[in-house]
Order: sequence, then structure tokens, then C-alpha cells
Amino acid sequence: MELSSRETWTVIHGLVLGTVFLLAFAGGLAGLWSLRPGLVTTQGIRERMTRLYYGTWIMAVVAWATVITGTWIVYPWYRAALARVGEDVFAGCAGAVRPIDTCSPRDFLLSNVSGTTEAWHSFGMEWKEHVAWAAPFLATAAAFLVTYYGARLIARPWLRAAVIVMLVGAFAAAAIGGAFGAFINKVAPII
Amino acid sequence: MTSTHHDAETVPELADLHLVDKPDGPGAAAILAAGIGIFVLGLLTTLNEMSEGIHTFLDAFDGDGGVGPLSGKTILATVAYFGSWAVLWVLWRNKDIDIKKTFWIGLGLGVVGTVLMFPPVFQAFA
Repeated sequence: MELSSRETWTVIHGLVLGTVFLLAFAGGLAGLWSLRPGLVTTQGIRERMTRLYYGTWIMAVVAWATVITGTWIVYPWYRAALARVGEDVFAGCAGAVRPIDTCSPRDFLLSNVSGTTEAWHSFGMEWKEHVAWAAPFLATAAAFLVTYYGARLIARPWLRAAVIVMLVGAFAAAAIGGAFGAFINKVAPII
Repeated sequence: MTSTHHDAETVPELADLHLVDKPDGPGAAAILAAGIGIFVLGLLTTLNEMSEGIHTFLDAFDGDGGVGPLSGKTILATVAYFGSWAVLWVLWRNKDIDIKKTFWIGLGLGVVGTVLMFPPVFQAFA
């Protein structure tokens, strides 16, 4: 049982941070959803708010960690141009059934040497690498709002709904990134 | 600054918490900054396809790090996010800004930014 350095970073980026993000989102959403008048006592509000602060800030920090590791550590391995020989952009991918030393995952997908794979890059990766960055923006703003207003959100249903919209938006952005990341790593793993 | 939300009066459970009323300005700043960050990222994603000069500019942010123009897009969008948040915070920290209106503006910016970073849209400008 061994993982290379690159595989380890891929696991940290996608699996470890992704799982923590999902857990924090679930906790944050459940906490915000039930933060309504009549549902919680004064003591219950204190207990719930502490959990909500932790949940939303963990979500925000993990979202930043995920996009930073993805963009600045994993992505350069994915997009390295290794296959060009002379005029032939994908010469290094000839006969490959998965990325190899002379054919990066991006080269492999765009070359279509093992099935119709181009759209995994031109649509999937191109969408994922951009939209995922909306997650930390939204999650950080939502965490700030939860901290700033605290229990006052109970009395401000419209504002509470706005924070929920932002949290769900952050989750949707992360879900697009995570889903395409998982599929792309299946078709063209970083090795 | 006069803030009159009277949260503890509308929800009795809050009375025992002795919460101090706060202005909506800082909250509005956070919401609008998120919209601005997403909008700038979407705008740069499309501009990167439209202009070779902008592509070269965005590409230069990581030196030879291999990230390509995504480095410039994400760095500038992050600067726009935190920068706009800081400016709006200073301007609005003691004011009761209309947070509903700010949310809709932020949402609009976020939606436009998201559309501009959808591949069929920005690739149409390549």
C-alpha cells in the first residue's frame, strides 16, 4: 500500500478536504435551517451558535485550502505540456491508455487516443478550475455573517435565508469541482 | 449610527442573551464582496479568451509554476474580493445599509460571474 507524493496531494485535495467540507456544510446548513423562533431555548441558542461558528468557519478555511492546493499544487501536474514532439502536439500520447511520463492528464484527454475524452478537459476541467473558487468567497462571507449577527439571525428570517443561499452556493460550486475532479481523475489520473 | 432592529423584542428567547444591536453595513459589505469576487473571476476568465495581451498578463502571475493564466485570474479575483470587502467595511462599518438590496446586487454579480466562467460561454470568445 503506497501512494506517490502526487497521489497523496490528490487525496488531500479531493478526498480529505472534500470530506471535511461536506461535513462542515451539513452541520452549518442544519444549524442555520433550525435557527428559528420557537424551536430553540435561550440555552439551546448558546449551544447551537457555538457549533454554527465552528461549522461555518471550518467550511470556509477548508474551501480555501481545497482551491489553493488544487490550483497551485495539483493543477500544474495535470496541465503540463509533455506530449509535443515537433509539430505533433500529442506525439507522446501515442498508444497510451492512461497518462504516462510523456503524456500529462491534460495531454491525454485532449489527444483522444483512448476514446472520446476531449470534453473532460474542454468542459469538465475548464468549468471546475474556475467555478470552484466561488466556494471560498461565498463560504467566508457566510461565516462572517453568522459570526457578526450571531443569534440575531433568529429574528431576521430574510437574512438567515440569504446566508443559507450563500452556503448552498458555496456547496454547489464545490460539488461541481469535486464531481468533475473525481471523474477526471478516474479517466486520466495524476501519477 | 442609529440601528433599530429590536431583535430581542421580536424574539423573546433572545432577551436573556443581552445582544447589542449592530448596523447592517459590515454584513452588506461581506455579501457584496462575495459577488464582486465571483464577478471579477468570471470577467477575467472571458477576457483571457478574448485578448492575447490579457492572456499573457494573467499567465505571468505564477512565473514558470505551470498554473498558467488561472494564476492571474484567481489572484486578482481574490484581491478584488478582500480588497472590496475592506473598502466597503471602512465605508459602511457604522451605517445601516439596505442589506436586502445589497444581497440582490451581490447575487446578480455572482450570477453574471458564474455565467462568464461557464465553458461554452467564455470559449465562444476564443
